[in-house]
Amino acid sequence: MSPKRCYRLPPPGVDLSKLTGTLVVIEGPDASGRSTHVELLAQWLEQKGYAVAQVGLKRSALVGAELEKAKQGNVLSPRTLSLFYATDFYDQMENVMVPALRAGYVVIADRYIYTLMGRDIVRGSDPEWVESVYSMALVPDAVLYFMVSARTLVERTFQAHGQLDYWESGMDTNLGTDWFDSFMKYQRKMRMEYARMQKKYGFETVNANRTVRAVDADLRLRVERVLGKTIGG
Amino acid sequence: MSGDGLPGKLVAVEGLDGSGKSTQVHLMHQWLSGLGYRVFFTQWNSSDLVKEATRKGKKRQLLTPTTFSLIHATDFADRYERQILPMLKAGYIVFCDRYIFTSFARDSVRGCDPSWLRQLYGFAMQPDITFYYDLPLETALGRILEGRPRLKYFEAGMDLGLSQDILESFRIFQGRVLESYKNMAKEFNFTVMDATKPIHALQERAREIISQRVDLAVYRKRIAL
Repeated sequence: MSPKRCYRLPPPGVDLSKLTGTLVVIEGPDASGRSTHVELLAQWLEQKGYAVAQVGLKRSALVGAELEKAKQGNVLSPRTLSLFYATDFYDQMENVMVPALRAGYVVIADRYIYTLMGRDIVRGSDPEWVESVYSMALVPDAVLYFMVSARTLVERTFQAHGQLDYWESGMDTNLGTDWFDSFMKYQRKMRMEYARMQKKYGFETVNANRTVRAVDADLRLRVERVLGKTIGG
Repeated sequence: MSGDGLPGKLVAVEGLDGSGKSTQVHLMHQWLSGLGYRVFFTQWNSSDLVKEATRKGKKRQLLTPTTFSLIHATDFADRYERQILPMLKAGYIVFCDRYIFTSFARDSVRGCDPSWLRQLYGFAMQPDITFYYDLPLETALGRILEGRPRLKYFEAGMDLGLSQDILESFRIFQGRVLESYKNMAKEFNFTVMDATKPIHALQERAREIISQRVDLAVYRKRIAL
């Protein structure tokens, strides 16, 4: 059993005692294979007899749908969007993650505050402000960061969607009008931001340039180790 | 953040429900816009994009103190970056019916950490004038309750579990918000107005204060309409 804590104060009314579950965060850019591996990991854990809950971005009952809508129009200022995401995050943390952890679940987060903070900081937000907004977040038992070369990302994105995504290309950040160049520049900036956070928050790096099977085997080992520490088996 | 250097002026009104602040700020806005000054008016919790989510969250009682606070901050940021700040840069007098102090008061009563709240709103400039309409609790409650309104869940602070009785909960909640406002008066240099006085007298006093503290001639419209 692992005592849970938040980066700074917990949110009001949230009791951190008796959170016996395990919080595993998978971080990394779109097309890094994150979601595929979250699925595989969840299936494997359930087959091993662990109850699993999944959370991710834009999935809150409170603002998930509105956030999706707002992103389509690109009419919100970066700060507004950032606070909207923070609302979405804490709604899931308080209403999904904490109850699941209390019930002893393994909670897998498909991205967490680090992606949200990284995006904001790359867009010029004051890092101190962003960190303060997310200071009530639960400290995960493990953060597994999917590192992929920009080249691999591009190829996987084209394979999956046939085109680059507006936001993942950082088209709102004035890096130029060429989508490909903007994508490469934006992803490089994000990678630098992840690298900075990796030191600060202690991510484990997963080489996600490999095949699905190789990455999956790697993840299982890492998650087993975390479960050994937190649940004791 | 300080607004020094921006050509516009920011005037905020704060106070309990029933303190008459909305009436007062409406009259201030009417006064200056009638005289042909560049003025703008904005209200707490009114951004189109965010309002819908807030309404749903309140109706379904989905909000926790943290998400309650964040969704209002989202609404504020949207209005601040799209309207308030550009207007101030363009040299407008911007009137705000409730400002960040509403969050400081209500959300801290809900248990949010006051220093977290101050950082959350750290991007917002301090108003040039903050009128705080001060009213004894019983008077404010009387004004709200005499119409026998149907109090709303969050408005009455029912989420705090203060009392099963919605009226009693409203009383306790408003009392705590009032305390919180009083404690902020010095820190944020509120201009305290005695809200028991008649509307007209209060308005005359507010106009006097604005005329003294703002060089109104600067805000006359320059372009012919």
